[in-house]
Amino acid sequence: MTDPLLEVRNLRVAYPSAHGYSDALRGISFTLGREKLGIVGESGSGKSTAGRAIMRLLPAKARVTADVLRLSDVDLLAARESEMRDIRGGRVAMILQDPRYALNPLKTAGSQIMESYRIHTKASRAEARDRMLAMLEDVHIHNPGRVAGLYPHELSGGMGQRVMIAMMLIASPEIVIADEPTSALDVTVRGQILEILNERVEAQGAGLILISHDLPLVSDFCDRVLVMYGGQVMEELAARDLSRARHPYTVSLHASLPPLDHAVEELIVPEYDPSWLTETTNEHPKP
Amino acid sequence: MSIPSLEIKNLSISFGVGRSGVLAVDRANFRVGSGEAFGIIGESGSGKSTILRAITGLHDNYDGDVLIDGQMAPRPRNRDFFKTVQMVFQDPYSSLHPRRMIRATLMEPLEIYGLDRRDARIAQALSDVGLAPEYAYRYPHQLSGGQRQRVAVARALLLEPRILLLDEPTSALDVSVQAGVLNVLNALRRARGLTYVMVSHDLRVVAHMCSRIAVMTHGRIVEELSVEDLRAQRAEEPYTRTLIAASRAAVTAD
Ligand SMILES: Nc1ncnc2c1ncn2[C@@H]1O[C@H](COP(=O)(O)OP(=O)(O)OP(=O)(O)O)[C@@H](O)[C@H]1O
Ligand SMILES: Nc1ncnc2c1ncn2[C@@H]1O[C@H](COP(=O)(O)OP(=O)(O)OP(=O)(O)O)[C@@H](O)[C@H]1O
Ligand SMILES: [Mg+2]
Ligand SMILES: [Mg+2]
Repeated sequence: MTDPLLEVRNLRVAYPSAHGYSDALRGISFTLGREKLGIVGESGSGKSTAGRAIMRLLPAKARVTADVLRLSDVDLLAARESEMRDIRGGRVAMILQDPRYALNPLKTAGSQIMESYRIHTKASRAEARDRMLAMLEDVHIHNPGRVAGLYPHELSGGMGQRVMIAMMLIASPEIVIADEPTSALDVTVRGQILEILNERVEAQGAGLILISHDLPLVSDFCDRVLVMYGGQVMEELAARDLSRARHPYTVSLHASLPPLDHAVEELIVPEYDPSWLTETTNEHPKP
Repeated sequence: MSIPSLEIKNLSISFGVGRSGVLAVDRANFRVGSGEAFGIIGESGSGKSTILRAITGLHDNYDGDVLIDGQMAPRPRNRDFFKTVQMVFQDPYSSLHPRRMIRATLMEPLEIYGLDRRDARIAQALSDVGLAPEYAYRYPHQLSGGQRQRVAVARALLLEPRILLLDEPTSALDVSVQAGVLNVLNALRRARGLTYVMVSHDLRVVAHMCSRIAVMTHGRIVEELSVEDLRAQRAEEPYTRTLIAASRAAVTAD
């Protein structure tokens, strides 16, 4: 692989809590090239925290340390806030997990997408408007003209996700961090949206981090996968090998999927083993 | 079916007027028996959430009828109605007050309805969704997406409603946590004879939870299937067939 687009080494994040700080990330490491990297893992395991740390979007009180947090030529730990404003949305874009909440409630969907385009390009309003409508059509919004004029609370869940995706892709970022981008979409539209993300990687050479709890999707779509648990990377593997994963946590995930072709009385809820958390970092993966 | 627990008759809801207007729900009908779980699947933007929101009275200017135990639901909805019917919203943020600690959000309905053993109920509801009692002392923004969604489910369960409307209640959960929440929902339904209407994009979840399933596109319920039909891919509508085929492809990929 050529130089990675993104390098993360020993990233640790702790949030203030009632009794001191509590760890959300306990030393995770990975690199991202021009590829599709999946992150799966338990609810609360630190996936969104990792994405927000890269974007430097964590609350000011959070404690963030890393040996390396680098976007090709930029040290993200040292970058000034003004530099970060150019990077965010321009070079690295994050599709946030709760889109209708993340969008500005007082502005229409269309004006927010246009704004995102105009911040990072010198486009005129008219050009931005055309691009915005084309982008909404790309994400398979049936009636872009109507939807552009809606406020976030007037969008359906899946429309909100697609508006967010349009807003984040419109400035053609080098890295896209997509946090559960398709959880509110039906399988047919989901496939079309994934195709758009795939095209960014294949045709434009972008890097994609896809955070998702949909294992079949990640296994099918991504190149590599990180499996997270309790703020650590439990294992890293080729996406197509996800169903042959060895770590007991990953194995347990497969057992919990409700089957589609036959009924089961009760779903299997995995038992967690505290010893999974004793390794301190995935920097030196065991052979 | 004797008198259904929940019935909607010719329900229509539109937003806006003229060219920017939309008929979000177009004469929808279904009946859900007591103790039954009914699923709604379909295209994004097809009106699934709008139906649930109309049932809870959030969209009050609907046409048609919403019946609870055969009785017209009061307009506007009153306290008794919400004791019987609770909803888990698709966006967990919409049922959580941003500036209020989770504990206060959970306490409020218990106070309004004068329920006893409040702290015990809150601890139980959180534990049902796999959250430790400490989470009661956080604010919504201090939770992960899936933790927020579980708090929203816990909140709806607190009042022990007979009818529960669930809009994508596990969409932000990984399969292990999802399994726990679905097991609790099923156990409650069996033990207390609860009635559920559940919207989900995940056909596996719908098939596991529901005995009958409505399929929506463009504001209309285009067909209703039994779970056996869904599992055996016996659907009439092309849209439903595509949906089932695509879901099966996604499943067999692993
Ligand atoms: N602002 C905050 N203050 C305190 N704790 C926080 C804050 N944000 C997140 N946390 C905690 O950090 C942990 C990791 O959260 P994060 O949102 O990264 O999880 P996640 O892997 O994205 O989970 P999910 O799949 O549920 O979205 C969780 O236990 C969460 O409660
Ligand atoms: N308050 C509102 N004002 C204007 N239009 C609205 C409003 N609420 C919903 N709509 C429109 O009604 C239609 C149906 O939305 P709804 O949220 O019911 O879809 P859904 O089936 O739940 O979709 P999803 O699966 O994406 O959540 C959409 O076109 C939406 O834009
Ligand atoms: Mg998250
Ligand atoms: Mg919806």
